[in-house]
Amino acid sequence: MARELLKGNVAFAEAAIRAGCEAYFGYPITPQTEALEHMAKRMPELGRAFVQAESEVAAINMVYGAATAGARVMSSSSSPGVSLMMEGLSYIAGSRVPVVLVDIMRGGPGLGNIAPAQSDYNQMVKGGPHGDARMIVLAPATVQELIDLTVEAFDLAERYRCITVVLADGSLGQMMEPAELPPMREPRPAAERAAWALTGAAGRDPHAITSIYLDPEEEEAYNQQLQASYRHIEQDEVRFVEEHMADARIAVVAFGTSGRLSLTAIETARAEGIRVGLIRPVTLYPFPVARLRRLAEEVDAVLVVEMNAGQMLHDVRAATEGHVPVAFFGRTGGVVPMPEEVLDAIRDLHLQLALEEAVA
Amino acid sequence: MKGSVIVDEALCKGCELCTGVCPKGVLAMSTRFSAHGYHPVELVDPEQACTGCELCSVICPEAAFTVYRERAAA
Amino acid sequence: MSVDAVVPAVAPVVSYPRSLTPVPTHYCPGCTHGIAHRLVAEVIDELGVQDITIGVASVGCSVFAYNYFALDFAQAPHGRAPALATGLKRVSPGKLVFTYQGDGDLASIGAAEILHAAARGENITVIFINNAIYGMTGGQMAPTTLPGQRTTSSPLGRDVRTQGHPLRMSELLAQVDGAAYVARRSLHDVVNIRRAKKAIRKAFEVQQQGLGFAMVELLSSCPTNWGLTAQQSLDWIRDTMVPAFPLGDFKVPGDAPEAGGSRGPSAAKAGVSTAAGNGRAPKGGR
Repeated sequence: MARELLKGNVAFAEAAIRAGCEAYFGYPITPQTEALEHMAKRMPELGRAFVQAESEVAAINMVYGAATAGARVMSSSSSPGVSLMMEGLSYIAGSRVPVVLVDIMRGGPGLGNIAPAQSDYNQMVKGGPHGDARMIVLAPATVQELIDLTVEAFDLAERYRCITVVLADGSLGQMMEPAELPPMREPRPAAERAAWALTGAAGRDPHAITSIYLDPEEEEAYNQQLQASYRHIEQDEVRFVEEHMADARIAVVAFGTSGRLSLTAIETARAEGIRVGLIRPVTLYPFPVARLRRLAEEVDAVLVVEMNAGQMLHDVRAATEGHVPVAFFGRTGGVVPMPEEVLDAIRDLHLQLALEEAVA
Repeated sequence: MKGSVIVDEALCKGCELCTGVCPKGVLAMSTRFSAHGYHPVELVDPEQACTGCELCSVICPEAAFTVYRERAAA
Repeated sequence: MSVDAVVPAVAPVVSYPRSLTPVPTHYCPGCTHGIAHRLVAEVIDELGVQDITIGVASVGCSVFAYNYFALDFAQAPHGRAPALATGLKRVSPGKLVFTYQGDGDLASIGAAEILHAAARGENITVIFINNAIYGMTGGQMAPTTLPGQRTTSSPLGRDVRTQGHPLRMSELLAQVDGAAYVARRSLHDVVNIRRAKKAIRKAFEVQQQGLGFAMVELLSSCPTNWGLTAQQSLDWIRDTMVPAFPLGDFKVPGDAPEAGGSRGPSAAKAGVSTAAGNGRAPKGGR
């Protein structure tokens, strides 16, 4: 397929369509509304399901219903709308039906603003749905990655019968970049939907899809199943990208847009002689714990860069287990840092290390 | 027309609604206990007054009644 | 008495519905949920659609409805059943999808979902159990609790000045163009139960015909939380609930533009189809 200039929000919506997404239910919210609008036009053209729901609460429950029927289904939203979806996401996680959700993060908390942010990390990776539920969280940094990860999200969700979140920010949703869409994949025929799906109990016992386990020991057994699936995910699905780590003494750890702009800063810093590299987690859950644990043997300091007040920071600290100092640079409220700011933070850290060495 | 009913005592909760609708008065609460601890209703019909009118089955919240009714002679 | 005199020669005229699972339910003795479940199952059996019907259970006493119906079922968060049903139906247009909801689920937390499912003319069937109280959680006030009615959260009786007035959901939803069939029936005696079954059947037929949103509201009892016997509860429905929630058809197919048809500026038909004597004013043109 040819590369075309694509807006992030349109790109992920069309990518989902090409991945055989059968249904989209959503609600307008800036900065991702173009996705809803694209779906509003394309899904009916293709005879697939589209509803602009009355709220994100309703939208995620429509997603849940379609998922119980075994259809490939997604929604997209932004931070305040995603908060409204948390109940539905917990039920979805608790009944193990596959769902894809794209969160185009914006400044908060509360209504906040419509500027890009990364402050839903905690919500999506650590918290989110109530109970011991986890969601696979993918963090693209370019429109191409946004396309590729959205397509993969459907496969991951079905493979593990879980929720897969594509976690991006407003700048990625709004920016236009050359990228390539995959070829069209037709939706699965209804007759080929999963064996567990609600299709009408013809010739078999009825299925009940529920997240209710009143007996605590049954609930525990169910949770153990969930945990087992999460261990598989942690074992097999970790992804990250590394740049310039071969000789690095400082590792910048940053995801999504922060990773992208940090790379610019890193390349300038390297030109100044600072040995700094980048580790950019692409899966935030499962987190690249094993890779980060090795950093203690490789680098003298880690700098976490995020567009929030320090959220992935704590996962990096936990993974490095105190064996290497972890510094933080972040902007909050929807401010996107300039690479120069990250460069300053790298220089400061470099200077600090040099001073410590001199004193030692 | 002759009729009869069978009560599934595994389902009957002794709510007594059927006794209130039976036009022939042939349903009565027993004094024994079902396995669930309810007094189930039973058919007490020595004169075969039951016509199989189905009213008991309509009011029963447990669908506990199986109702039989003779077909009219051809 | 000898059952044998009649049984051998005759098949039963009434037997346990195929679309119900033969298990005891957790509902209280005399609770009309059991009647409503049975009616829905009988209708599904009579229409021969057990194999293609999918139910959506809500949250309330009927949360475990999926254990009682021999049908594929999804369990929805509180109030969200119409949204789940929407998603299910939109990707499974050849199936029959119904929700089964209580008054808290449908008229309180789920008020937006039911309104908009009706507005969209969503081709689903809704069974709405109105017993003027929250049963599952121990007897709190519901949006359908009557003025002066004592509940655990209106211990002095519902005071409309501070606790509002009850909602008449059938009347409200009938005003929505996407609603094709909206009816209220009662389960308080045999005659009304039979009428209720006919309405439930119609509500499923409306879905089969693709006419839009269909709902049957069923006045129901809660003996435990009303503090009445089963029979007294049915009498309370008859004497106190029916006057407040009039029975009748508030919308029938033909009153509104059909789902999926072109909708120009609508001039709603004057005159209204309703059971006699409920005193509701006819709709004027819009």
